[in-house]
Amino acid sequence: MSLPCLEVTRGVCALSSSLTLSCSFPSSSWWSHVEMGPPDPILGVTEAFKRDTNSKKMNLGVGAYRDDNGKPYVLSCVRKAEAMIASKKMDKEYLPIGGLADFTRASAELALGENSEAFKSGRYVTVQGISGTGSLRIGANFLQRFFKSSRDVYLPKPSWGNHTPIFRDAGLQLQAYRYYDPKTCSLDFAGAMDDISKIPEKSIILLHACAHNPTGVDPRQEQWKEMAAMVKKRNLLVYFDMAYQGFASGDINRDAWAVRHFIEQGINIVLSQSYAKNMGLYGERAGAFTVICSDAEEAKRVESQLKILIRPMYSNPPLNGARIASIILNTPELRKEWLVEVKGMADRIIGMRTQLVSNLKKEGSSHNWQHITDQIGMFCFTGLKPEQVERLIKEFSIYMTKDGRISMAGVTSGNVGYLAHAIHQVTK
Amino acid sequence: MRLNSCLRQCLGLLVLRHAGTAWCCLFQHGHGVCVCAPVLCSSGHAPESGCRCVHLDQSLWVLLVVRKVNLGVGAYRTDEGQPWVLPVVRKVEQMIAGDGKLNHEYLPILGLPEFRANASRIALGDDSPAIKENRIGSVQSLGGTGALRIGAEFLRRWYNGTNNTATPVYVSSPTWENHNSVFLDAGFKDIRTYHYWDAAKRGLDLQGLLDDMEKAPEFSIFILHACAHNPTGTDPTPDQWKQIAAVMKRRFLFPFFDSAYQGFASGSLDKDAWAVRYFVSEGFELFCAQSFSKNFGLYNERVGNLTVVGKDADNVQRVLSQMEKIVRTTWSNPPSQGARIVATTLTSPQLFAEWKDNVKTMADRVLLMRSELRSRLESLGTPGTWNHITDQIGMFSFTGLNPKQVEYMIKEKHIYLMASGRINMCGLTTKNLDYVAKSIHEAVTKIQ
Repeated sequence: MSLPCLEVTRGVCALSSSLTLSCSFPSSSWWSHVEMGPPDPILGVTEAFKRDTNSKKMNLGVGAYRDDNGKPYVLSCVRKAEAMIASKKMDKEYLPIGGLADFTRASAELALGENSEAFKSGRYVTVQGISGTGSLRIGANFLQRFFKSSRDVYLPKPSWGNHTPIFRDAGLQLQAYRYYDPKTCSLDFAGAMDDISKIPEKSIILLHACAHNPTGVDPRQEQWKEMAAMVKKRNLLVYFDMAYQGFASGDINRDAWAVRHFIEQGINIVLSQSYAKNMGLYGERAGAFTVICSDAEEAKRVESQLKILIRPMYSNPPLNGARIASIILNTPELRKEWLVEVKGMADRIIGMRTQLVSNLKKEGSSHNWQHITDQIGMFCFTGLKPEQVERLIKEFSIYMTKDGRISMAGVTSGNVGYLAHAIHQVTK
Repeated sequence: MRLNSCLRQCLGLLVLRHAGTAWCCLFQHGHGVCVCAPVLCSSGHAPESGCRCVHLDQSLWVLLVVRKVNLGVGAYRTDEGQPWVLPVVRKVEQMIAGDGKLNHEYLPILGLPEFRANASRIALGDDSPAIKENRIGSVQSLGGTGALRIGAEFLRRWYNGTNNTATPVYVSSPTWENHNSVFLDAGFKDIRTYHYWDAAKRGLDLQGLLDDMEKAPEFSIFILHACAHNPTGTDPTPDQWKQIAAVMKRRFLFPFFDSAYQGFASGSLDKDAWAVRYFVSEGFELFCAQSFSKNFGLYNERVGNLTVVGKDADNVQRVLSQMEKIVRTTWSNPPSQGARIVATTLTSPQLFAEWKDNVKTMADRVLLMRSELRSRLESLGTPGTWNHITDQIGMFSFTGLNPKQVEYMIKEKHIYLMASGRINMCGLTTKNLDYVAKSIHEAVTKIQ
């Protein structure tokens, strides 16, 4: 019996003694051409921090809240909700594709406000998402599939580093509008309005609802009003990213003001929410994606399409975080307690901002550090340049992202002095 | 109301019947009769098999209690027809709940390290040469679906060139319907089927399968069910797997295993992983999407793992670094609760033994239901052969009932199953076996 020997570039074939054709694999891999991916710019900071052995090291990279001892903080209302869950011994059956209904409903109400016409009329759909990232991605995929008017998403300059790859992987293109003024370390409102006025109609514009990441610079309410009027005039699709409701000012209604104002102006927004920071549920991945629709019937159709997008991604969402959040939002005493705790976290950060500025003055810094207290939320855009950031990492073991963003949540009364000293050293 | 949630909540079906003009769906919750809104029913027929639609008139209602059996459920049920949280899972949950040292911090992008390593070890075996040679990688994922999706996204970007959306992806005929959507949404343009189920002989169409593999373009991706094929319950024998592997090796076809039932199929983790381990021993580079939904009963915690087996550590490292980027834009990092439960269980010899025992309990009940159903059908003299019921393995069985017979089962006997004739053995209990067997007998003898 003669068998053809297959000439291939990938393998070598040989006849074994039993006259069966057997092949051995070549030593090269399917993956020889796969490049090494760079470490994630934000999460990679924590990984570098972990490897550092300096006892004075500080992790000001990822936005995870720390108490004044630098420890992760599990909210008391979360512990209570967990105890309630453990005692009930519930089953572990699949959630519906759109998630836990009590959670999505409460999530919509939290964002929109209980008196919201959009909420009461049911002209919205909210699906549970994998925290903020997952919710953003569902929305991005939805827009890619159903928003045919444009492929362009306009991000503020700068924006959260992960926004760009999320939208890109969803198949959309990224553009930018001016936002942060490095000269004043505050909002370049005129620049923003100018750029937004020129955005082609029916493009997608992404706005940070509060506590802008990474700059901490938020528009004032009068500025939001002008922006709403402008996006309405330009007929833009507004995508709000709200990852810090309650965490920015300490007041959930105040932090949701822009979202609610836009909806009241007749702008049917889409919205992504995260409970990672404001409930400390980081690793439980609790989040939601909402589409404000013309009416409840449209909302049903949108919902059906969102489910078609979710099913081939992960089938249905994880229960634990959503259930904790739902119990907190829907149990009056726990909700009250949560509001107090979220304000406590926001207040501690505001306190650290003040202390950092006063410590920098004490160090003798001649720079204007007012932006540190003007900015709001977890992050502060220090204004430090990449070389200065590099020195802070190498010489002082103070870790932050290259853009000079620090997470104020990582600052404590115990280390604020060291931080001020180090910043002064690299900026004097 | 959707079929699954309707049936999940139904404890019995009340059929209210009277001539009238309005159609309405009725079902019974645990706490009383609920009448759902008319909009859920389209006039003239039931919106989905599961909720019965009847004319409703307020004046005269006749109450009939109808017995029903749900053989369409996608999860394990006890002999009482109830969901079952594994005792070991309850135990570990209480441990976690009581551990004040645990917090809710982000997991790394690729997941909980103890979970990843142990999950892959479960699939590949303690003595796996790939593990010893440090050429495996793991990505904690949102269930088996999430693992499939990450794998699919990676393959679309990096397999057979870069961003080659034209690489054919083959799924079995039939397969779990979500396979198609996962690979389509990941960007692949060419999803094809390979022969698998032979309806005539109610078994594996091995020759058809091998022929498809011979004809498939080189480098095609093949989605293989590691065990307990969904929906047919028909697995290749070890000898048949060897033949499949030989063709795949020669044709340079990429094996992507879907392993959603390890332990659940035969009751033995090792036996159910035989095919995956054989391919590894034959030197394949492969992916294996693992789900812990069924074998840990952790359905709603979304615990899955993508195991990557490569030629060497360097290749695997680069693959994982690119998978990290994919994860980061999909869900950033995975949920911690389910992974903690699995990791805690797998790393404790005692808990691990308890878990294997729990898994065997589930598998044994399914095996018992199979043999009981078959013996009843054979005793009744139901036309046809019924050995496929016990030949098949896992949660599902392709009964061989045709669509008309299925319709009879649903409409006349209130036994709910898929139009394909697929039943979930977990829906059978000692209390409903007789009823189901008799009903199948009726369907087969009355309808052809």
